Amino acid sequence: MEEQVSVFPEDYPEKKRKKIILKGEISGDSFFKSFLGIMTILIFIIMGLLILTLVLRSLLSIETYGFGFLWGTMWNPTPADPNASPEFGVLPPLLGTLVTSLIAILIGFPISMGIALALSEFTSKRINFWGSFLVELLAAIPSVIYGLWGIFTLIPFLRGFIYPVIQNVFFFLPFFQGTDNGYNVFTGGIILAIMIIPTITAISRDIFAAVPDSQREAIIALGATKWESTKVIRRYGRSGVIGAVILGLGRAIGETMAVTMVIGNSFHLFDSLFDPSYTLASLIANEFTEASSPEVYLSALIETGLVLLILALVVNITARLIIRHTTRKFRGVETF
Amino acid sequence: MKLSEVTWFKIRKIRSYFMISLCFLALLIGLIPLISILAEVVINGISQLNIGFLTQEIAPLGQSGGGIGPAIMGTLFVIFLASLIGIPIGVFSGIFLAEYPESRMAFTAGFLNDVLSNMPSIVIGIFAWILIVVYTGWSVIAGGFALGIMMIPLITRATEESIKIVPSTVKEASLALGITHWRTTLIVTVPTAKRGIITGILLAIARVAGETAPLLLTILGSRFFLTSLFEPTAALPLTIFNSSQSPFISIDWPKAWGASLVLIFLVLFLNIIVRLLTKEKF
Amino acid sequence: MKERTIIYILTIALIGTIIGFSAGFFIVSQPTTPIRLSGAGATFPAPLYQKWSSEFDDLTGIQVDYEGIGSGGGITQHTAKTVDFGASDPPMKTSEWEAATGTLQLPMTIGSVVVAYSLPGISLPLNLTGSITADIFARKMTKWNNATLQALNPALTLPNQDIAVVHRSDSSGTTAVFTSFLSDESSMWNTTYGASKNINWDANTVGQKGNPGVAQYIQQNDYSIGYIELSYAQESSIDYALMQNADGVFSLASLATVANAASFASLTLPAGDEDWASVGSYFALSPGCGDGYPISSFSYMLVYQELNLIPGMTLIKAQALTNWLWWCTHQAQSYAAALHYVEIPPAVISINEASLRSITFDGVVVNTWQ
Repeated sequence: MEEQVSVFPEDYPEKKRKKIILKGEISGDSFFKSFLGIMTILIFIIMGLLILTLVLRSLLSIETYGFGFLWGTMWNPTPADPNASPEFGVLPPLLGTLVTSLIAILIGFPISMGIALALSEFTSKRINFWGSFLVELLAAIPSVIYGLWGIFTLIPFLRGFIYPVIQNVFFFLPFFQGTDNGYNVFTGGIILAIMIIPTITAISRDIFAAVPDSQREAIIALGATKWESTKVIRRYGRSGVIGAVILGLGRAIGETMAVTMVIGNSFHLFDSLFDPSYTLASLIANEFTEASSPEVYLSALIETGLVLLILALVVNITARLIIRHTTRKFRGVETF
Repeated sequence: MKLSEVTWFKIRKIRSYFMISLCFLALLIGLIPLISILAEVVINGISQLNIGFLTQEIAPLGQSGGGIGPAIMGTLFVIFLASLIGIPIGVFSGIFLAEYPESRMAFTAGFLNDVLSNMPSIVIGIFAWILIVVYTGWSVIAGGFALGIMMIPLITRATEESIKIVPSTVKEASLALGITHWRTTLIVTVPTAKRGIITGILLAIARVAGETAPLLLTILGSRFFLTSLFEPTAALPLTIFNSSQSPFISIDWPKAWGASLVLIFLVLFLNIIVRLLTKEKF
Repeated sequence: MKERTIIYILTIALIGTIIGFSAGFFIVSQPTTPIRLSGAGATFPAPLYQKWSSEFDDLTGIQVDYEGIGSGGGITQHTAKTVDFGASDPPMKTSEWEAATGTLQLPMTIGSVVVAYSLPGISLPLNLTGSITADIFARKMTKWNNATLQALNPALTLPNQDIAVVHRSDSSGTTAVFTSFLSDESSMWNTTYGASKNINWDANTVGQKGNPGVAQYIQQNDYSIGYIELSYAQESSIDYALMQNADGVFSLASLATVANAASFASLTLPAGDEDWASVGSYFALSPGCGDGYPISSFSYMLVYQELNLIPGMTLIKAQALTNWLWWCTHQAQSYAAALHYVEIPPAVISINEASLRSITFDGVVVNTWQ
């Protein structure tokens, strides 16, 4: 007969044992779960209030413009003809937001990955510490300063050295045409990339660091080169990295000050990356504090915020679908 | 004809060196703008740093002298309030999302969380204005509320990911010892994920410390030290923004750079202390 | 061990800083907290109002906060009654004025908008007329060496370069003033763009945020042209053009010429509690204006005639507020010139006095100032 090992002393009454096992600790679990649940519900409440407020305040504009708001290309709060009614349509900044965020991810993601891998895998712990420190410092810089730096340093640099080269090499591509003075979509994308690198890098680096050494040792024991040994890390941390990218993307979509100072703020559909353009967030930031009348103006601006919300929803759904298709979940830990 | 083992290995080695060099190149590319921006801020702002600058009232635009004392105090207060909202909600939600990922609430919450992280700061500012300022006026509380909301998604995500990466062996070992699930989470899982959670919190603080738009619509800004939680207050990003919009370039722009330097130092300071206190080894 | 010491030192430093600030804060806050007033609105007069607030504080101990969030913001916050006084460059539109019943509009200072440009190698100032300016900003005239422009400037050799137009990306009173002028000077502009704080600009132009944004753009980009407040042009040493006025004079914006324009235009103004929408965003000059600069405008403070409309208002605060506004109208004007602002003419001072004397709290007149 097997020895039953019990956590209770031998003379502990049977009824009490059952009570504790069944009720005491389990209620501890459910209490904890409820507590966590309540905290999480707060997120629901906040988001719910936010959506409600946005929808309520944009009703006027939604009623007036309907779906035309989304693909309209005219933004005229006070038309020249006093009898004409104002027109609002957000297609150009919508495109601007999408494209600049896309550029930001295309440029920012590989660089962040490179930095995170370099710091966590290919350098000593000391360099890792200081390197990460420097990268996180980038996150602390206020957007206004990014904007000023963009105007005084980045744009002259890009305009003088980088853009001419791109135009010479890729002149046949349709989206690199046009004369350029530096204030354009591409610059907007680049500055966004710089701004999201700290977020993606910091979180990725932590994820990479958390991969157990046993994994690394195992694959090296199998004869992998240094680079190949990172395969494990990249696989292991993939969902976490995607989470970091979503956060970075979030910052890119919503970033206002820095982008508005370098993108040229021109409300029209661009055909080249070197054209000036607009983003949804810049539109709201530029006009909200001044929009005192007519009432539909304020409502249109808030509807722009709502469009941003919906855009975020769409982006996130897509991202989650991608995650769903590339991972299998097993008890909360992704395996492949 | 198959390549010999040795040749194939050499190719793999070369590829390895190549990819690693790319990573270091990325590191360099990533650090160049940082160094450039920091250099610009330091060079332009260092001349402003003295005790007077750090403690005096804010001078009107176009008037030399004065300092950013109220702004530093305002930023500290508003970050403190924001953390009171952002950290508990963020960390505990993150734990929930990580520990109970199958529940429908977790899925929706995580989703909403991501959407929240994409909202531009001005929209959050508008939200806080509609909810609080219209009824109780300009206040640090409204500012803390707005910034706290912005902190939540970052902290939640970072916490969730950090806890998910804790090897299940660790959790299972604890459970096998008879420690209940909730105790395991608090005593074992969270401390193991500590580093990632702290990173998330520090990133969130760094991010909101520099946000202007939500503060413009909640604490408005002021030149004076705050005397109550329910009045317009100063904050560093607002001071930076206002000074940079001034026509008196020679007088006010150096102050903007000086304030930026102070802001970066503040966040750095916080970073160092928290990391050292949580015993991050070199 | 060495790490421990570092940790201790830094923790003590942080705690010390927090204690230091709290202590300083307690020392600084007097036993009787000073009266605090808050105002918000146009960014253009912000340096001036802040200077006034600082001097007023030294004089009376009353603290006035003024934050530049934009003219529209000033009107919005004033209507929402979240501030003690608002500020706006353009006067309130009739609909806005009706939404904030009981508002008094008080012109407090005068500013002007100049057309600034960057033409390397050209040392003499450019001559412009309203209609040519409209053509440039509407992209009907695209080259600097355009025949009409060259004919207007025989002493200069204008280069064969594209004109790079920059405008405000954010809604702004400055734009309202500028476009009002252009609408009156050019029927093309009037029908295509009109006058407002926010115009549907041509696709081949660039928008920058705030006056500094436009100023920086002009400084960084040769052959560019834009419009900014006079104070920005003077402080950053940017070239700006002479604008032809109703007398045919090419007027160079300066404190003197703007003051002349203001005096000329102050002839017919409504009372403070009436609708000022018809006054328009800028001083429309007519023959007889001498060398008055044609793109000048008031900037207003907005306050309620019955102060109990504002939550948290007390009799003491009401007295402080009215004293502040009275002081702004009178003694404060002497601070304007040093900051590149123009004083309000006597006719306006009288209008403001009448308005201020009518301010009540709970129906009782607050202040009479003999």
